[in-house]
Amino acid sequence: MSIDMSQFHQVFFEECFEGLEAMEAGLLNLNIDDIDPEVINTIFRGAHSIKGGSGTFGFNNVADFTHIMETLLDEMRDGRRQVTQIAINILLGSVDCLREMISSIQNEEEVDESRVAQHTADLDNELNGLAESTPPPSHKANVETIITETSELVSNTSEASDTNEETGWKIAFCPYLDLLKTGNDPVRMFRELSELGELTSLANIQDVPSLFEMDPEECNISWDLKVMGDIPLDEIEEIFNWVEGDCELDIQPIATKPTKKTAPPISEVAPEDEPEEAIETVAKEVSQPTQPEIIVEQPEVSKEIEPNAKPPTTATKEPNKKIQLDSDQSKLIVQVASSIRVDTSKIDALINMVGEVVITQSMLGLVGENFTMDKVDQLKKGLAQLERHTRDLQQSVMNVRMLPISFVFSRFPRLVHDISSKLGKKIELKLVGENTEIDKSVVELINDPLVHLIRNSLDHGIEMPANRIAAGKPETGTIELKAYHRGGHIVIEIIDDGHGMDRNKLIAKAVEKGLIDDTTVLTDKQAYELIFLPGFSTAEKLTDISGRGVGMDVVRRNIEALGGNIEISSELGHGTTIAIHLPLTLAILDGQSVAVGDETYIVPLVSIIESINITEKMLNKVAGKGETFRLRNQYIPIIRMHKIFNVQPSTKSKMGEGVIVVAEGQGVLCGLFVDDLLGQQQVVIKSLEANYRRVDGVSGATILGDGSVALILDVPGLVRFSNR
Amino acid sequence: MNKNVTQEVEKKDNDHDRFSNKIDNAGQYLSFTLGKEEYGVDILRVQEIRSWEPVSRIPNVPPYEKGVVNLRGSIVPIIDLRERFKLKSADYTLLTVVVVLQIGDIKKTRTMGVVVDSVSDVITVDKAQIQSAPDFGTKISNEFINGLVSVNERMVMLLDVDKLLKLEELDQTEISVF
Repeated sequence: MSIDMSQFHQVFFEECFEGLEAMEAGLLNLNIDDIDPEVINTIFRGAHSIKGGSGTFGFNNVADFTHIMETLLDEMRDGRRQVTQIAINILLGSVDCLREMISSIQNEEEVDESRVAQHTADLDNELNGLAESTPPPSHKANVETIITETSELVSNTSEASDTNEETGWKIAFCPYLDLLKTGNDPVRMFRELSELGELTSLANIQDVPSLFEMDPEECNISWDLKVMGDIPLDEIEEIFNWVEGDCELDIQPIATKPTKKTAPPISEVAPEDEPEEAIETVAKEVSQPTQPEIIVEQPEVSKEIEPNAKPPTTATKEPNKKIQLDSDQSKLIVQVASSIRVDTSKIDALINMVGEVVITQSMLGLVGENFTMDKVDQLKKGLAQLERHTRDLQQSVMNVRMLPISFVFSRFPRLVHDISSKLGKKIELKLVGENTEIDKSVVELINDPLVHLIRNSLDHGIEMPANRIAAGKPETGTIELKAYHRGGHIVIEIIDDGHGMDRNKLIAKAVEKGLIDDTTVLTDKQAYELIFLPGFSTAEKLTDISGRGVGMDVVRRNIEALGGNIEISSELGHGTTIAIHLPLTLAILDGQSVAVGDETYIVPLVSIIESINITEKMLNKVAGKGETFRLRNQYIPIIRMHKIFNVQPSTKSKMGEGVIVVAEGQGVLCGLFVDDLLGQQQVVIKSLEANYRRVDGVSGATILGDGSVALILDVPGLVRFSNR
Repeated sequence: MNKNVTQEVEKKDNDHDRFSNKIDNAGQYLSFTLGKEEYGVDILRVQEIRSWEPVSRIPNVPPYEKGVVNLRGSIVPIIDLRERFKLKSADYTLLTVVVVLQIGDIKKTRTMGVVVDSVSDVITVDKAQIQSAPDFGTKISNEFINGLVSVNERMVMLLDVDKLLKLEELDQTEISVF
């Protein structure tokens, strides 16, 4: 009997991701000076169950990879191995790699073998204790150093060729494993190439496994070659003629400006290969005096290799890190979107509720069977009960969609860890209110904006340790990520104790960029809001973390699309607080229905501050067109709804007969002039865009009790729209 | 089910030339009238036929976009074809009909209703009978018209549903990223 295993895959993937998260959290919590065996145990258990599961499901590459991690962790657990920061970093890298492997399998994509191979090699090195201790370490360490050096070398040459405006060919040559078995010798081919013109070759040997695992008959090196000179393409092709079909080959002409990045596609190389050939070849290329053309600056290179036993990780690893971070984000969304895990207690509550509803329904059925007027009381009671149960049921169902915000927050310790070490800053991340619950759909969409804001705080907010000490602050900066409920909203605050925002600098920058006039007078709040303008960045220099001036406007747009808003307060020298207000759910909102002419609109209750009657006399005209009225000490602009929506006004078009609904959108107050207030109710938000399109000033639609459609007003949108 | 059908049709559209292979040899069209003119739409695109019911108006849109209705829980826009084609508009009566159409997009399908005077027939059209539309003689630009066919001495204009209702999107100046 065979069982279709694929039906369990989804569960397995989810367990894997959970396990990985636990491992990551554990690794970040590991304190090298004071090892908690329980933490190591947790990490080990994570790896172990992933290994077991992947073995069962036949994902052998995952199983093999995890096995190596497990071995390493096992030694740490038994105390046979010292826990070092290097080891932790390698393990963290492996966790990322594993996560990528599993996502690839989940999405039925190719697993990036080269990355896997690289991490496997790292782990092996660590496992064999070869990474740093002994001065003439593994060949691997040497070899990787060569890579680093040669890549510099190549970039030098290409820069040189920039100036000479030479032409030539860039060849990415990536042989399959069995190239050597077909009797082809890359070295011979390169010799031929070097006869055509000046040849620079760069071997990529990160896929070369350790000495123990390699197979001398397999070729697992790929090359980036550059031949300079005016050579016809077919002459080059002729050289590679024999290996066609045994390799991946990409021949590109070098234009006047050759790109420096020459990373070739290395995908066909499996981990179980050997370096012997590689080392041999590299050795040939590097030191053979008979072929001086191949490596132009050969003597320097070999000199540099020998004394340098520096850890191979530094140069090769950094670029990878960033890519990982980016790709992780998108992966998370995929993962959350697929299914949802619900607390059993919530399900129990739901089942309980459904039971109640069924009982009430059958009670009502009994009442209705032989209905006489004296049963009216009973009927009313039953209906009231049904109403209460329906409401409870609705709430329980909504609860199922609620997830603790830790789903989002849990990724940030890693982000902060990676970025702060990259920036050389000391930063502590405090998470407060992780168990605050928020709708699943909000969770999915809030992640990217939060990542962006936290990166900003890390990069621009917190100062370098030296500056902090100079400013009399503790060396370690703090970023607090706080979530709590307030009213019908969830508030997420990002509080840093960095140097805060300089209002004058912001204004100067905005004037410089032509975003505002230098005569404009801004309140503090408005000045801080400048950072949300597209194209605004005060960062002195661009980093790969932030500072390009795209982003904050996108952040704001994302948050507004969720029906939330974002506020900044800052104190120069003491830090910045960014508060995001979000609705608890995107599916239901409390609304106030208002009448405008024959139409009914819904105003979200959260944005309403008050509703008042005013007379025509209380109106002030601004510049002959805008209307305002004075509410306590504030002038509030009035938006006449029937005018802006082109609705035939009812008789109540005079100020005194209608109602002003004072609403707030994006921190701006406005008075919506409507005919009448109709009532408050919870409405289910339906998308207008599903079958139609976005409409200015409208955030969605809902279906009223009588089955008709009412539009939900988008107060910030209305303000923008009316200003046009 | 309906969705599948639409996708299938969509695929066909993309594979072949739109004009000649809209239908394989014979296809069925739902015909309806606007004033004295008779039009036809691919019957596979028709989800249902409903009677006219009052709509909720959408502010600041072209007049032929009448508004939206609640169609079993989803919000469906209603387009008045008479006004769309700049014909003389007629009063809505109990006999006014809304044809609910599905517009296929590879990514998703959308549902829209069009207001027509009355639905007349289901006609089976041989591919060979379809003539391409001339450049004049109709009140609408012939980009919406797949072809002309004559049924019982009457001329029926076959409409391209996707093009007809996609025009909405051209009006759309700003599509949000989300």
